[in-house]
Amino acid sequence: MRRDTTISLYELFWILPSIAIPVGMLVALVVFTFGAGVHLPGHEGRVEPTAVLATPPFDQPGTVQVGPGQYEVRMVSGIWVFTPNEIRVPVGSTVTFVAASRDVLHGLFIPRANVNVMLIPGQVARVTTRFNRPGEYPFFCHEYCGIAHHTMWGKVIVEPASKANRHDGDSAS
Amino acid sequence: MTAADAAPDLTPENRLTSAYLVVALVSLFVGVSLGIFQALEHTGINLYPWLLPIIKSYYHGLSLHGVLNVLVFTTFFISGFLQFITARSLRMPLWNRGLAWATFWLMTGGLILAAVPLVGNAATVLFTFYPPMKAHWAFYVGLTLVVVATWLVTLTLVCTYRAWRVRNPEVRTPLPAWMSLVTFVMWTIASLGLAAEMLFMMIPWSLGMVAGTDALLARVLFWYTGHPIVYFWLLPAYISWYTLVPRQAGGKLFSDPLARASFLLFLVLSTPVGFHHQFTDPGIGQGWKLLHAFFTFGVFFPSLLTFFSIVASLENGARARGGRGWVAWFGKLPWGDPSLAAQVLAMVLFAFGGIGGLINASFTMNLVVHNTAWIVGHFHLTVGTAVTLTFMGITYWLVPLLRGRRLWSRRLALAQAWSWFVGMAIFSNAQHRLGLMGMPRRTMIGAAPYVQPEWQSALALVGIGGTILFVSAMLYFANMLLTAVASREPAAVEVPFAQALSGPEHAPAILDRWRPWLVLAVALIAIAYGPTMIRLVTTTPFTTPGFRVW
Repeated sequence: MRRDTTISLYELFWILPSIAIPVGMLVALVVFTFGAGVHLPGHEGRVEPTAVLATPPFDQPGTVQVGPGQYEVRMVSGIWVFTPNEIRVPVGSTVTFVAASRDVLHGLFIPRANVNVMLIPGQVARVTTRFNRPGEYPFFCHEYCGIAHHTMWGKVIVEPASKANRHDGDSAS
Repeated sequence: MTAADAAPDLTPENRLTSAYLVVALVSLFVGVSLGIFQALEHTGINLYPWLLPIIKSYYHGLSLHGVLNVLVFTTFFISGFLQFITARSLRMPLWNRGLAWATFWLMTGGLILAAVPLVGNAATVLFTFYPPMKAHWAFYVGLTLVVVATWLVTLTLVCTYRAWRVRNPEVRTPLPAWMSLVTFVMWTIASLGLAAEMLFMMIPWSLGMVAGTDALLARVLFWYTGHPIVYFWLLPAYISWYTLVPRQAGGKLFSDPLARASFLLFLVLSTPVGFHHQFTDPGIGQGWKLLHAFFTFGVFFPSLLTFFSIVASLENGARARGGRGWVAWFGKLPWGDPSLAAQVLAMVLFAFGGIGGLINASFTMNLVVHNTAWIVGHFHLTVGTAVTLTFMGITYWLVPLLRGRRLWSRRLALAQAWSWFVGMAIFSNAQHRLGLMGMPRRTMIGAAPYVQPEWQSALALVGIGGTILFVSAMLYFANMLLTAVASREPAAVEVPFAQALSGPEHAPAILDRWRPWLVLAVALIAIAYGPTMIRLVTTTPFTTPGFRVW
């Protein structure tokens, strides 16, 4: 009987922190999510998967300035290329990627800019990030999309302030 | 248990389990043999031209590696092992041996049907087979038959349990049989998503009966099953850790009631968590994703209970063998027993896998690791070590028991367990770091034009770790093969069922009831998935055509 009591005590000593640890982590997670304003992809609407190239804004892929220091990249993914695959923006820009797939699953992953979104046929993907440092930011397709999946990539070229002025308002990709 | 219950002859059950093990281990052999080519490819050594007559591409090999290791090896091993454990711990034959054998042949038939297009490069869609990539219909039909066969295993276990219950109305169900039943009931609920995806979407579509499909709904259904499937792999390892390993360590299970509580929580919480694989999917609301993150953290609770019970049981054994101190007792475990050594080493790496899993499930940090090599590192610790190395450890006593012959070489087995541990530590650490450096998973990296200079050193470690793992696997298969055909010395192995310090009689009665837990499980699934599922089913136009892109 004594032994059983000891075991119950051990159990209790462990069960309480086992509840407290996940609850504490969850609280930290929620506080951080809302505190830092992290957004995951949510409902952005559908696009008919067989008619992506005929549907605005995907009928004119490219980079468009939508406000001071704000750009929108309209991107189409398909085997095995991103259109556009070279994007130029000035340093400090806030860039929203609006992307869709015209065939199989793809992914848009910009490791150095915290962009990570699935490109699912039928769904519009929208993510926003900010490029604070000049340089090249490679982006990769990170979902298997066929025999040449590993060749599907591109880069965001973030230009230093002085050079960027000359491109301001340039909507070509 | 009365004298009338003297152990029945379970030779037919042994034969059934042997049959499952043969298919499982042959699949694992082919699966891991392809792994070495992937690891070397990442270091720049492309040996795929050697495989060309059979394996047409990196991705063809990768599809075989994934399907054979995580779908076929696991399912066959688990079906064979848990039916064996159930019959042994209840001391009863399976309810209907004819059904049990028919189930085995159905599962094997499904495997063969799926294997034809898979080997023939007509199903190079990886083990996740996301549409609109379209494989040959036989691939989907074959895998569906495998799932249906697992439901028949559930039926066998349920009926065997009921037959036992009629004869033993007042007794608590023995823990190993009870856990086996929970595992298969959990899986049966969890597999409904995959079954729906196959029956209503993939099969009619691949047969040309409908023109279009939908990628997002298919992913939702896939991951409804795709996360709990990891518990379907893991719980049988837990069954060994809870009910066998304590005895192998020379001690007793710490607490039977705690073990039951944790399994019931897995039954309830395993399924409503699948969106944490889809945090980066557009088309699913952020609130629902956050709810799934909550439930995933909920699963961490039974995981912590398990961690405590297992470590306390090991400590109990080690102290009985003269172990002392807070930590030093660990060295007093019977490390010379390869079955015990393999499973304890699997547990050690699993601790890191569990911590990584929390990061994956975190709503925000997932953005850093989703679909990167980090995930590859993660599941090679979990399914690739916690599950696989534990199953290997189990076979170090199970195969001699089934065969009636001693293990061919204990030393070889010890070398195997340690080399798997070391190889995986190197391999997995490198994959985790590559993921953090932004390397995508499931990619023929050696041929990619964008390899970053900072990846190079870790890529070399992937090759080194992978090579050690391959050598370890070959040691394992050699030992198994020689035990089966060359070992001559008879051995009378018994199933190492452990007793408990705090036995089932201390368990609250609620832990032996089924209905409240099943109702709770279904209710949580309805809350977590209901609204999204209804919206997708009612609004999706199913217009996406199929592609063959390999």
